[in-house]
Amino acid sequence: MEKLEFKFPSQALLAAAPPALCGVVGSGNLEILVRSGVDRQICEISVNTSARGFGETWRAVLATFAASQAVGGTSIAINDMGATPAVVSLRLAQALADYRGGAQ
Amino acid sequence: MSLSIRHSWFEATARQRLAGLLDPGSFCEFLPPAVAQPSPHLAQLDLPGAFDDGVVVGAGQLGSRQVLVAAQEGQFMGGAVGEIHGAKIVGLLRRAVAERPAAVLFLIDSGGVRLHEANAGLIAISEIMRAVLDARAAGVPVVALVGGSCGAFGGMGIVAKLCSAVVMSEEGRLALSGPEVIETVAGVEEFDAKDRALVWRVTGGKHRYLMDDCAALVDDDIAAFRRGSIELLDDWQETPDTLARLRAKQARLQGRLSAYGRCRDGLEIWAALGISEPERVPLLDCDELIALKEGLPT
Repeated sequence: MEKLEFKFPSQALLAAAPPALCGVVGSGNLEILVRSGVDRQICEISVNTSARGFGETWRAVLATFAASQAVGGTSIAINDMGATPAVVSLRLAQALADYRGGAQ
Repeated sequence: MSLSIRHSWFEATARQRLAGLLDPGSFCEFLPPAVAQPSPHLAQLDLPGAFDDGVVVGAGQLGSRQVLVAAQEGQFMGGAVGEIHGAKIVGLLRRAVAERPAAVLFLIDSGGVRLHEANAGLIAISEIMRAVLDARAAGVPVVALVGGSCGAFGGMGIVAKLCSAVVMSEEGRLALSGPEVIETVAGVEEFDAKDRALVWRVTGGKHRYLMDDCAALVDDDIAAFRRGSIELLDDWQETPDTLARLRAKQARLQGRLSAYGRCRDGLEIWAALGISEPERVPLLDCDELIALKEGLPT
């Protein structure tokens, strides 16, 4: 297992919401927990992944997510069992939609 | 039933099953992912855990009845029971003794003990067994719902049979040793685990229903599990097992063993039950099978 920690600058998300979870830690899948974070301009992401040596791939996928969406002020935790970058991106979008839905 | 309006129980996650099973919006999770601890044992083995350790527990309403629920996530480590996973289920069942809800619904989807946690998992399963019996002794029915991809095997197969009743779909499986375990231990001549049709003829929901091992057979549909559970609880009277009832049950099982113990396949047992075209059983839909069973000599 590899543990990765990232901090990306991101536009502030409008409202904090109750934690949202999506996905399952199954083969080729991952779970994502979105919570409110401390710094309104920063998106913190921690990853536990069963696949070693993909730190730069994670950085690229997560940086794209944080740059293209307003996710400042969130703290995201990921448990991963070998999901591909495409699956990770889709799950991130799904988790964010769930989190935003909880804010209304 | 039209396929388009089905929401498959088999394909759904534990959380999706709960969302469709309970009255909309009524579910309140205990120890939700944001406050729960992933398994320390898996972390020590350098494996990623799940925030909820593979089981969702909480309270909700089923047809306006207050119920407690536990739902295992089969996609995480085969729904296997580790220390925290087991402790959450045991805590829920003890809460049932204190709160006396109308029922505990146990959405089983598990191969049994999580081998990574060895003794902690074994102890957890034995604690679940005791807690199920304690809840039932307190008059709270514990209903097992079995229709997930991992079925109910190993220790969770025993737990399912300790529950007040089992509701299954054809896709669900219920047995003690899993097919691969039997093949590994006793050889492919004894049981070919790759023969999926055989596996289902021996452990699947239809066979369990014909053998009276489950109280209700429902379609692989979340709404069907909901209806089945409501109907079951509508006329359920929880009666603790007495010694006499346990002896009668044991005698029935012994009779069953002597009647079917030599059979190699569900097909042979169905023929012995008096079903004229046993090879048609796997082709029947749920309602047809229920009608077939009602027509059998008892």
